Amino acid sequence: MRDHQLELLRHAHEGQDVLLIAPTGAGKTLAGFLPSLIELSAQKSNAPEGPGLHTLYISPLKALAVDVARNLEIPAQEMKLSLRIETRTGDTSASKRQRQRRDPPQILLTTPEQLALLLASPDSLTLFSSLRRVVLDELHALVTSKRGDLLALGLAHLRTLAPAMRVTGLSATVREPDELRRWIVGSPAKSGLVIAPPGAAADLSMLDTRERLPWSGHGGTHAVREVYERIKGASTTLIFVNTRAQAEAIFQQLWRINDDNLSIALHHGSLDASQRRRVEEAMAQGKLRAVVCTSTLDLGIDWGAVDLVINMGAPKGASRLAQRIGRANHRLDEPSRALLVPSNRFEVLECVAAIEAAREGAQDTPPARSGALDVLCQHILGMACAAPFDAEKLFDEVRSAAPYADLARATFDAALGFVATGGYALKTYDRFAKIKRNKDGLWRVANGNVAQSYRMNVGTIVESEVLKVRLVHGRPSAPRGGATQTRFGTLYAPTKLASGKSGPSAYTGPLRRGGRVLGEIEEYFLETLAPGDTFLFGGEILALQGIVENEALVSRARSDEPKVPSYAGGKFPLSTYLADRVRYILAHRGAWKNLPEQVQDWLNLQRARSRLPRAGDLLVETFPRAGRHYLVAYPFEGRLAHQTLGMLLTRRMERMGLKPQGFVASEYALAVWSLSDIGTRIEKNLVSLQELFAQDMLGDDLEEWLQESALMKRTFRQCAVISGLIERRFPGKQKSGKQVTISTDLVYDVLRRHEPDHILLQAARDDAATGLLDLARLADMLARVQGHIIHKDLERVSPLAVPILLEIGREPVYGQAQDEILAEAAAMLVEEAGA
Amino acid sequence: MIIGNGQEILIAGETCVADPSGALWHIATRSIIVSDLHLEKGSSFARRGMLLPPYDTVATLMHLRRVLDHYNPQRVIALGDSFHDAQAAERLADAERKKIVDMQQDRTWVWISGNHDPAPPHGLAGEMMDELRIGALILRHEPQSGAAEGEVAGHLHPVARVVTKRGSLRRRCFVSDGARCILPAFGAYAGGLNLRDRAFALLFPDRTPQAHVLGRDRIYSVALEQCYAD
Repeated sequence: MRDHQLELLRHAHEGQDVLLIAPTGAGKTLAGFLPSLIELSAQKSNAPEGPGLHTLYISPLKALAVDVARNLEIPAQEMKLSLRIETRTGDTSASKRQRQRRDPPQILLTTPEQLALLLASPDSLTLFSSLRRVVLDELHALVTSKRGDLLALGLAHLRTLAPAMRVTGLSATVREPDELRRWIVGSPAKSGLVIAPPGAAADLSMLDTRERLPWSGHGGTHAVREVYERIKGASTTLIFVNTRAQAEAIFQQLWRINDDNLSIALHHGSLDASQRRRVEEAMAQGKLRAVVCTSTLDLGIDWGAVDLVINMGAPKGASRLAQRIGRANHRLDEPSRALLVPSNRFEVLECVAAIEAAREGAQDTPPARSGALDVLCQHILGMACAAPFDAEKLFDEVRSAAPYADLARATFDAALGFVATGGYALKTYDRFAKIKRNKDGLWRVANGNVAQSYRMNVGTIVESEVLKVRLVHGRPSAPRGGATQTRFGTLYAPTKLASGKSGPSAYTGPLRRGGRVLGEIEEYFLETLAPGDTFLFGGEILALQGIVENEALVSRARSDEPKVPSYAGGKFPLSTYLADRVRYILAHRGAWKNLPEQVQDWLNLQRARSRLPRAGDLLVETFPRAGRHYLVAYPFEGRLAHQTLGMLLTRRMERMGLKPQGFVASEYALAVWSLSDIGTRIEKNLVSLQELFAQDMLGDDLEEWLQESALMKRTFRQCAVISGLIERRFPGKQKSGKQVTISTDLVYDVLRRHEPDHILLQAARDDAATGLLDLARLADMLARVQGHIIHKDLERVSPLAVPILLEIGREPVYGQAQDEILAEAAAMLVEEAGA
Repeated sequence: MIIGNGQEILIAGETCVADPSGALWHIATRSIIVSDLHLEKGSSFARRGMLLPPYDTVATLMHLRRVLDHYNPQRVIALGDSFHDAQAAERLADAERKKIVDMQQDRTWVWISGNHDPAPPHGLAGEMMDELRIGALILRHEPQSGAAEGEVAGHLHPVARVVTKRGSLRRRCFVSDGARCILPAFGAYAGGLNLRDRAFALLFPDRTPQAHVLGRDRIYSVALEQCYAD
């Protein structure tokens, strides 16, 4: 037994909750179960009939729960324990679930959503009163989201039901272990802590490409041949990319040059679940040479065979990178091999910063979150479904969950009021109350429909509205993946590209249903497509034929290049920690020695033509180009914060009479163009940059913009679903007759105007601070640069500005007012009419 | 929203103004036509356990008030589905009931019956009709396929999704081919049906209609080809 396992046992023996921090491959999961196995073996001699549930294991992935259950059978058998070890996930049959409630196994492996469901059932007290241990796996990943909030609330209630229960948390290395220790027991107390020794240092390098490094873009296509060579040199490679679109593109290009017919597969969240399972199984059996994947494989089952991890594009965060590297070589004595492949010049800086951070073991996991209010609302309803509750006691219990430790009583009461009658200032729904306070002072559900509705809507993951992608007109196109095709089926061989160029096939007849479902795609991506447009999906170039109900009908397209290259940007913004390091590298020539020569040349050119900002400064350049006047700023705060900044900045410029025409945002910079010569105006002190970037833009300007922001409406919709205001839409049932569903956009507009302080709007604003709008980060940046804005008025575009200008046309360009879209469409009509 | 900055459209030879508020103004008879108010939709959902903000009625009536203040019509025609369900009028709060009564002062008020509100609203004045003729126009709730020229109807809640290089936008709209016209829904909680839906194709088999899309301060007339399915 390893030292950390012994130490963990000691904590358990002393009756302590404990956090185990260990790298992957250290036998972490088994360690988490050791106390349970020992207790259960001591129990077995004098076990009474039906020993009841002893240990609950909770993981973010149901596949992981299933895998751990299987692996746990081995030590249980070695210890000659006759245990029942069972999983309970969304896939478990209704009859088995019912039986599990009546006659539980000793060890149950499940997910946070299933725990919430169990806790909301009337027999939860009987079920959990025998519980002694809880094991929380991949805790570092769980606590950063609303799922973590839900789990924390569930854990707090478990402690009420089973006071003797103790928790073991398992986590990868994090920046602030104390936060996790408090999370486990409920602050301000802390759990015990065991830190396993790190494994051998990773063998980490950046691809020194022979090719010319692109100025912009995120494809990484320049390096595909070099990546292919590395795949050939390794036995099994995991290739991580940041977006599904990038996964599709890289996969396609690897196959284009796959002369050795290596078995290279694709794995991302839009693909059909059964296809993903097949890839995972093929991987587990060692049948694959490489998988191109997104963050869907950040967590999961250990694959011992992986000996190389390639991260294409920006690493985004030091901890994220460390966890991805950890996916290679799960034997601790051997170093993990990892290769970083930047796809443009700025990403080179980010990769260098990340490699330095990884060598130092620096961590940048996000700080502890404060609990979401929509999740609290869901939990309160769940508690009422389980048993009548006393508001006072529930408030205390909720506050014992770390994310809700600072929850004010007034906010709790607002949440309670929301669950009961909607919580509106206008009290008209008392007769429709979902939970009611009886004479005994206890809150209970008004009727059985409420509990049923809770069960249907539990959980915090609100999928984007998705449409199934169904292949119709499946005419056999040009020859496909040859020998590989027959051997591996359609698992990974993509359509070989036809050489002839023909446009997307025109749609002529009625659409036929009944083809194969390829996967799912977000509705908002399809909103940007017109029938006939081509895009990459599942490794193939597809043409959209039309949308029928909740399905996008597509056909294989005979074209070389998809018309619409990408969908959905990167989910994770550059971490503030890496951003700091990138700013430092830029500012210090001494740090350039690790940079490729072409990048050094680029930065030297920038120094000569413009300047490089000091680490604490915000550089703003202005220059004319092709009849427009540009303003480019380099905050390095990530695309989301830059988009928000761009929206607010252009509003302000509009008011100052600077006639902004649009802007584009990247991870590193923001470019605004206007008709007015803004550089000269700044030079002449007619416009103050300090004023333009003043913090008060987060006041009225923000409020005004939020009114119409589609991102804010999407955020509100998620809160509306999680809190239980509206019901989830389920595939198959969701054909939206206009009478049966309600648009949350309309609800948002009405609520915002008539009760702006309502708890749901509060919840949505909290989300906006860290989510799609990243307001918190923008606020920090604006505060940081006050008095540190450096202006450089140039005669032409600077070397540093080239990448962001190249993004124009590739990234969405944001106009001033949405109505301009209508004006443009109307103008086209006038043109057409020859007026 | 700027009320009054509408666009003149001809429907079967009658001059009307499509207003950015979603109301149709018939100049000759000084009539305002609004469709699908769906009053008390929020409380209708609340009865079934979805406790939507109870401000939809007040929002819709405030909107209507501003339209009436601007045009000062002699007659108001609510083109059906004015109330979301048969009991909706009974659930009206006193304040909202009073708002309706005030608006009805000194003018003719017509409730066209709709599928949501086939009977006259409880305790409210106004004449209940299935159809109303004004000049060459025939006003009814549900459009009929193959109807004669001049039909003005609601029921379908048309919205247009307009796509250009700048992006995509989904807004309520009037739909008209010059012979007939479908009004956008006026109610705060009334959803929308994309005008690429079959339902519209059946109504305009011969001539291609135009979408008169509600902008913030004016109407934008957009060709059907410029509008996409959802």
